[in-house]
Amino acid sequence: MISRRDFLQVGMAASAMVGASGFGNWARLAAQQSLTQDQLLGFDTFGNVSLIHVTDIHGQLMPIYFREPEINLGVGAARGQMPHVTGADFRRAYGIEDGSPSAYAMTYNDFSALAKGYGKVGGLDRVSTVINAIRADRPDALLLDGGDTWHGSYTCFQTEGQDMVNVMNALKPDAMTFHWEFTLGSDRVNELVESLPYAALGQNIFDAEWDEPAELFKPYKFFERGGVKVAVIGQAFPYMPIANPRWMFPEYSFGIRDENMQAMVDEVRSMGAECVVVLSHNGFDVDKKMAGRVTGIDVILSGHTHDALPEPVQVEQTFIVASGSNGKFVSRVDLDVRDGRMMGLKHKLIPIFSDVIAPDPVITKVIEDQRAPYADQLSEVIGRTDTLLYRRGNFNGSWDDLICDALISEREADIAMSPGVRWGPSILPGQEITREDIWNVTSMSYGKAYRTEMTGEFIHTILEDVGDNLFNEDPYYQQGGDMVRIGGMGYRIDITKPQGERISDMTLLKTGEPIDPAKTYVVAGWASVNEGTEGPQIWDVVENHIRKQGTVQLDPNNSVQVVGA
Amino acid sequence: MKLTRRDALAIGLGATAVAMLPLRASAAAEEAIAAFTGGAEVGAGDITLTAPEIAENGNTVPVSVEAPGAGSIIILATANPTPGVARFNFGEAAGSQAASTRIRLAGTQDVLAIAQMADGSFIQTKSTVKVTIGGCGG
Repeated sequence: MISRRDFLQVGMAASAMVGASGFGNWARLAAQQSLTQDQLLGFDTFGNVSLIHVTDIHGQLMPIYFREPEINLGVGAARGQMPHVTGADFRRAYGIEDGSPSAYAMTYNDFSALAKGYGKVGGLDRVSTVINAIRADRPDALLLDGGDTWHGSYTCFQTEGQDMVNVMNALKPDAMTFHWEFTLGSDRVNELVESLPYAALGQNIFDAEWDEPAELFKPYKFFERGGVKVAVIGQAFPYMPIANPRWMFPEYSFGIRDENMQAMVDEVRSMGAECVVVLSHNGFDVDKKMAGRVTGIDVILSGHTHDALPEPVQVEQTFIVASGSNGKFVSRVDLDVRDGRMMGLKHKLIPIFSDVIAPDPVITKVIEDQRAPYADQLSEVIGRTDTLLYRRGNFNGSWDDLICDALISEREADIAMSPGVRWGPSILPGQEITREDIWNVTSMSYGKAYRTEMTGEFIHTILEDVGDNLFNEDPYYQQGGDMVRIGGMGYRIDITKPQGERISDMTLLKTGEPIDPAKTYVVAGWASVNEGTEGPQIWDVVENHIRKQGTVQLDPNNSVQVVGA
Repeated sequence: MKLTRRDALAIGLGATAVAMLPLRASAAAEEAIAAFTGGAEVGAGDITLTAPEIAENGNTVPVSVEAPGAGSIIILATANPTPGVARFNFGEAAGSQAASTRIRLAGTQDVLAIAQMADGSFIQTKSTVKVTIGGCGG
């Protein structure tokens, strides 16, 4: 008998993404000359079922720049495993040429230079063109949205998610799961979910009071596609009430609940499902662990940790697909399902090069309609930058360096804290910074910038706590996201140690003195999960700071010393 | 320096200040185990404890336990000041040997369930529940 592995037809990154025409030096080939839409979309339709996966769009309707992380460390069994491989190691692992379109799309090196050649990425009108092309090959392809869609921009904030719902509705998804959507507050989430013409799924979305499945969210939905009964099971972000403010959605409880996931898989199989797909917002390492514990899942479409992988990762008999973030990628997964089981899989991670893929004018119009009422606000230029501004990285990124500088300066603090979120586009050196750009990296429903006093001991406790969310060896104890970003203070972290022993050598940068556990420091931060937090909105703090700077210039941040990487 | 509840609220990162190191099982927990087992050896077996990996709210953590064929099951929060949470006794006519409740946890710790089987033997299982400050999900 031929094993499933033999049927796996995964294209190697470089060749599958851009054909075999051998793209060389970025400097010789401008994006539009070297890449064509046909190359990006080229795919020999396979099997009888197609899945289209988008996830973690974070409100990004328009083309953007997005730099992938340099530092993305795995611990325990995940150490050195995908997706914890970056830069040259990542390119080597997938046979990607330096300076190629794939290198620009999936790694961080030479980002500013490559961005000038290859241009912006994303834009939901371009995403629509890709979806339409796949639907032309396979009209009944399933479009699945992994969540973190109704959050992350000026217009999304002002319309409480309506802009994203309107645009996504026009793309006609078949199902969705959730995370940041809940930070709109449960009343608004319920209202939007009730309006959706497609399925809102989450087997782990429970009623907090009774610890029973929440009525509004179904665990799964059946689809008949290509003569095959496909069951899509939803998995919302497990740690919403911990990572985000619980008081905003007190009626709901989440958790991984893999025993219930197993029960749901068994249930859909007993109802005749020939193919089981999990639409997940677990994060990649959690999905890997879940795939090893729950049997009977064919494909996990993975979201939350914003990883973009050119090949699925196989765990036992389950294939895990990671499709990036911020509208930068679409994954196409074709499945061959016969005799009641999945026999083969073909996959392509499609980077959305905005200058190469033609926008779908229908969706361009829908997007313009959402933005028009706010055009003046969005486009106002606040300043410009000489430094590449990006966010991704385990310990810091220049956007958060700038935000921490703004907090220290505008709020007269010793130390600043910025949450380790992974959303938010990049700005190239020489670019203007508009109000929209600032909101793209700060917009949220709990963005007030607090100012408070903390002892050195308590700051240490916070760093240890967040560090364990990232570097606990058991993925089920990780919440995703990155380390809280610290301004005004340096520290040393040994990622191999247990909680309580990772953080040392905390130093107040302005004096060079060690942080005294007993002493009190003024700390400014934002994105508190506590109800009743007071202070100005973070986007106003950052805007004021950038206005005063005129042109942003940042020094490299060397204040975190990482050990055990 | 001791942290007050007010300090914890003021920092803006979390609702509770309990997330330090995992707490160690207390002597009181050892006593509670000994009181239930009479010092008998406790093995592994068909006993399932379901608890969240990370508590959404350390003040009310849902846990459930099942041990087919058990006569009684105890649940211990091993590092709480008073570790004993519950003892469930099942009569011969019980349709299943399963129970659910909610417990309060003083911090990250192991929750332990021990069942006494019909033949008098004991089996146990445990689950680490993390109580965290939270606040930085991506």
